[in-house]
Amino acid sequence: MAGEERNIKLKIDNVKKIYNSRNGEMIALNGVSLDIYENEFICVVGPSGCGKSTLLNIIAGLLEPSSGKVYCDGKEVVGTGTERGVVFQQYALFPWMTVKKNVMFGLNLQGIKGAEAEEKAMKYIKMVQLEDFLDHYPKELSGGMKQRVAIARAYAVNPSVLLMDEPFGALDAQTRTQLQSELLETWEKERKTCFFITHDVDEAIILAQKVIIMSARPGRIKEIVDIDIPYPRTQETKMAPEFLELKNHIWSQVYQEYLEVRK
Amino acid sequence: MKEKSKGGKIPNKVWLLISFLTAMILWYLLSLNPKTARSFPNIVVTLKSVKTMIERGVFWKDIQSSLISVSAGFVLGFILSLPTAILMAWYRPVRNIIEPWIQFVRNIPPLAYVPLIVISAGVGRKPQIIVITIATFLIMTITIYQGVINIDETLIKAARVLGATDKDIFLKVIAPATLPFIMTAVRLGASVALTTLIAAESTGAVAGLGMRIRSLNNSFESEPMLLYIIIIGIIGITVEKVIKLLERKLTGWQEKREI
Repeated sequence: MAGEERNIKLKIDNVKKIYNSRNGEMIALNGVSLDIYENEFICVVGPSGCGKSTLLNIIAGLLEPSSGKVYCDGKEVVGTGTERGVVFQQYALFPWMTVKKNVMFGLNLQGIKGAEAEEKAMKYIKMVQLEDFLDHYPKELSGGMKQRVAIARAYAVNPSVLLMDEPFGALDAQTRTQLQSELLETWEKERKTCFFITHDVDEAIILAQKVIIMSARPGRIKEIVDIDIPYPRTQETKMAPEFLELKNHIWSQVYQEYLEVRK
Repeated sequence: MKEKSKGGKIPNKVWLLISFLTAMILWYLLSLNPKTARSFPNIVVTLKSVKTMIERGVFWKDIQSSLISVSAGFVLGFILSLPTAILMAWYRPVRNIIEPWIQFVRNIPPLAYVPLIVISAGVGRKPQIIVITIATFLIMTITIYQGVINIDETLIKAARVLGATDKDIFLKVIAPATLPFIMTAVRLGASVALTTLIAAESTGAVAGLGMRIRSLNNSFESEPMLLYIIIIGIIGITVEKVIKLLERKLTGWQEKREI
């Protein structure tokens, strides 16, 4: 990709996060710097407690860094903003709203109401193939369907960056691969910048252009691995020798960190 | 698609009937046993005492008086508990100062502090309402407060990243998320209001179901006493059913069904 001029979408500049707990200070992130380019699909892997979620929350503006800064389109991130959409592992759908109302929630907050809001919401509900479930409440949906609604809800306000915090972590293997394929398809069409956290090395490689390996506490970037497998990728890609080679490498790196945590 | 639970093909309504008949048989047996007959006069004489009480001119007055005290106390308790619970959930100092005392007073039977209330508030309607207000306030405050602090924080985060302001979050997330707990509080509050009735009406009331039971006790008239006890039960179960119906309408979106 050398020589190609690309815009930096997200700039993470020496971000540190220290939590004060009963047992003293806990360094969650220890100086993380990373440039994420426009349209890029980044996956972050690392052992539990390496600060991946903390980093995502800081980028989202839900947490403040102890020091360092995050820039989005060159502007410093202060608080949340609709240009940075978030999909949570626990779906976080509003249980008192139907599928349609959930997807329209962000639009209504932006002052988009009535037919216009419905039309926009429908576009994304169709994208996640839930047009037959418009008036269903979240409790009537399966985990995979709930997460599809959450993805549609995030897309509906048209963010330029999608932050996804282990979105498929709570799903069964089949649903997970299904949603991976759907997400890839959407990403190839819309090319929104994606920052995707996962535990699953396979998932990281099949989705991402770059995999960021984070080290155990205190969280730092250990290695950035370029995934040079061309898109469109399918589930068969997981059998390709280059895939297996990358998997082997990333997995052993993550495993080392996992052992660190256990010490 | 109808699921059949254990107990075979007997519909719920029939079960209700069976349950009713079982109780009636038990009641009849108790009225035959010389040891329990004085506490459980048989159904016919018990029901006949409705007439006695109407003739004495107290039956409707007692029901009316109790309903007024219970509803006034309950409504006041609710109006006070809602903001208190929200303030407790919102502000740590408020919580830290109030919560221990709510827990403390909650465990004291109202009958114990009734005399103190009468000393200040005198006799009549006022102390009755005060007693019921205190009891319902305590239980509803605790219930609503627990609800507000247990709101799933990711819902608030999700709203925030979609552009919600603090006001949006309060009105569009916290309020609806708290509604099921408010409904539970209302149900518990209504039940407490009724169970506090005897204590409330021991404040020198001139009428009321609770007051009448005590006065009938003095003249050993167990038929109308039992009747009045059953009436309190009927009012309780009716109120509970109405609130449950409302609950299902308003908070049917919930994952868990409450008991």
